[in-house]
Amino acid sequence: MKALKKTKEWLGKSEILLSLIALLLSLLVSSVVIIISGYSPFEAYGAMLKGAFGSNYYLAQTIGTAIPLIFSGLAMAIAMKVGIFNIGIEGQMIIGALPAALLGTYVTGLPAWLHLPLCILVGAIAGGLWAMIVAVLKNRLRINEVILTIMMNYVATYIVDYLVNYPFRAEGKIIRTEEIQPTAAMTTLVPHTRLYSGIFLALAAAGILWYVLKKTCFGYELRAVGSNPDAAETAGVNRKKYMLRAMFISGALAGIGGAGEVLGFYGYYISNMISGYGFDGIAIATMGRGNPFGTVLAALLFGVLRNGATGMNRSTSIPGEFIQVLQALVILFVSTPGIIRVVQKSWKRKRFAQRKEEVA
Amino acid sequence: MDFVLNLLAGAIRVTIPIAFAALAGVLSERSGVINMGLEGMMLMGSFFGVVGSYLTGNAWLGLLVAMAAGAVVGLFMAVFTISFKCEHMLAGVGINILASGLSIVLLQMIWETRGKSSIVEGLGVVSAPLLNRIPVVRELIGTVSPMFYLLLVCVFLVWIVLYHMPVGLRVRVIGDNPFMAGSMGIKVYKYQYISLMVSGMLAAMGGAYLSIGDINMFSKDMVSGRGYIALSMVILGGWHPVKVAACGLIYGLAQSLQFRLQTVEIPPQLVQMLPYVITILVLIFARNRSKAPAMEGVHYYQKGE
Repeated sequence: MKALKKTKEWLGKSEILLSLIALLLSLLVSSVVIIISGYSPFEAYGAMLKGAFGSNYYLAQTIGTAIPLIFSGLAMAIAMKVGIFNIGIEGQMIIGALPAALLGTYVTGLPAWLHLPLCILVGAIAGGLWAMIVAVLKNRLRINEVILTIMMNYVATYIVDYLVNYPFRAEGKIIRTEEIQPTAAMTTLVPHTRLYSGIFLALAAAGILWYVLKKTCFGYELRAVGSNPDAAETAGVNRKKYMLRAMFISGALAGIGGAGEVLGFYGYYISNMISGYGFDGIAIATMGRGNPFGTVLAALLFGVLRNGATGMNRSTSIPGEFIQVLQALVILFVSTPGIIRVVQKSWKRKRFAQRKEEVA
Repeated sequence: MDFVLNLLAGAIRVTIPIAFAALAGVLSERSGVINMGLEGMMLMGSFFGVVGSYLTGNAWLGLLVAMAAGAVVGLFMAVFTISFKCEHMLAGVGINILASGLSIVLLQMIWETRGKSSIVEGLGVVSAPLLNRIPVVRELIGTVSPMFYLLLVCVFLVWIVLYHMPVGLRVRVIGDNPFMAGSMGIKVYKYQYISLMVSGMLAAMGGAYLSIGDINMFSKDMVSGRGYIALSMVILGGWHPVKVAACGLIYGLAQSLQFRLQTVEIPPQLVQMLPYVITILVLIFARNRSKAPAMEGVHYYQKGE
């Protein structure tokens, strides 16, 4: 009983309850959409769960899918901490992925302990610098970062597409770069799946981020800049400097995520390998409520959704795009505490009424 | 000369949907709501335009259906952002993803495909009786989609309403300071709701141009970022309906140039990048950020809330 009470307290405090209620609401509303479109929600969610957890293979696939999602969610979370809405994560992942692939391919003769970290580092720096452009322009010229990052996503996609199509294109019909050297590759943990050793890197990144944000002076000032910029400035925190740093970290995390997909799963850069991770990152960070560990959990959930979508495409006639409806509702409900409070209130009222009846 | 005329004529065509959406953006931002959901509103417009035309066999009824759908999306966004205080950006992102998913689910339901609808009745083009006798004008807008004229009417109407009618003054005051507006007895919520719904209608008209005004069918994610581009045109045009529509032309020109350069021996990716690079440069050099509605994106609470 005491444990239950403690869990309840923890749930109430940590806002996880809010996210869970939002998830439930989204599942409910999406069921309505499924029913209206003439399918059975049980069939849909059944296929989804099967696609995500049906066998060891699918389970590994689900966790593997979450790796880049964790990175993009963390990237979004830290940018949000300083009040920047970084929609450019997709572009930063792409910009990080290509140099990692090139370094992994064309540098030979290095030992694995040096080659692989070097590739990851290059991916991180590339992504970080690309993201810093946004912070510089925002600081200097007060350009709206949302629009800028969206435009830069297109630019990144086209630049990298050009490079993959022309100078660095491997022979063959598929538009991709050459295979990376074995010394640059991450280990695949379950054969033929997306699950590679990058998962440890992702978890470590979440841990480090949590530590930095919660336990260091840097993290404290960073959060101060986001929650009350004017107060932070008055207290002598250089706001612009922190925005720059946070954006670099954000872009670097995204870059590592992109590089990881190349080094761990594909083994080369292929056009359109990174799609939708940016917007998923927004949803994941929102659902994780800015907490790195919450973000990891949310990323795992989105891994389930993505693989669930594949499962739905495979075994039902419901288009996998249905998952987007669910994701959108999750974003909307999680970021709308007003609705959730209304739901909570009505529950409480019911319970109160019940108790009244019991007393009477 | 021919090249320039073709370029301009192409630019006008590309501008139509962007200008509609930018106009929609002006209206909602003037009432204090940052409208990231333009993209989704446009997509719903292009989808329901096709649905309406498919069901009724009349493209103009299709356009009405699209506008109704846009108004519903606007209402949806209003409920979330105004009544339930959802962060405007997140609400917009959510609506865009929702529209993208919903359009495919409905596409499957109606046409049983996941990529394209069937060809439906379109709005066609109109040939203006007098204009097509004047040499240069003839090449540019002699034969053009009726949506072009509709756009001119809408730009004019939004301008008149916002700047020359008490209603518009109230909307602008709300964008600059909803609390003051509220204390003066203006029903802030009512104006914001209506602005967002009309905004949804306008964006949907832009979307409908893409489908029933141009290729006469719906294809997956056909809006492809135009809503975001419209949003940057809103900033560039300084939140003024006429200027914003004119700024749409800059993007239109870049895009039109891009189409024409594709025949030249330059890698297509670099050419396709052009409109976005130009938009970024334009954002960097635009010097009117101070004209933004002072309190857009701020949540307003009515008395007793």
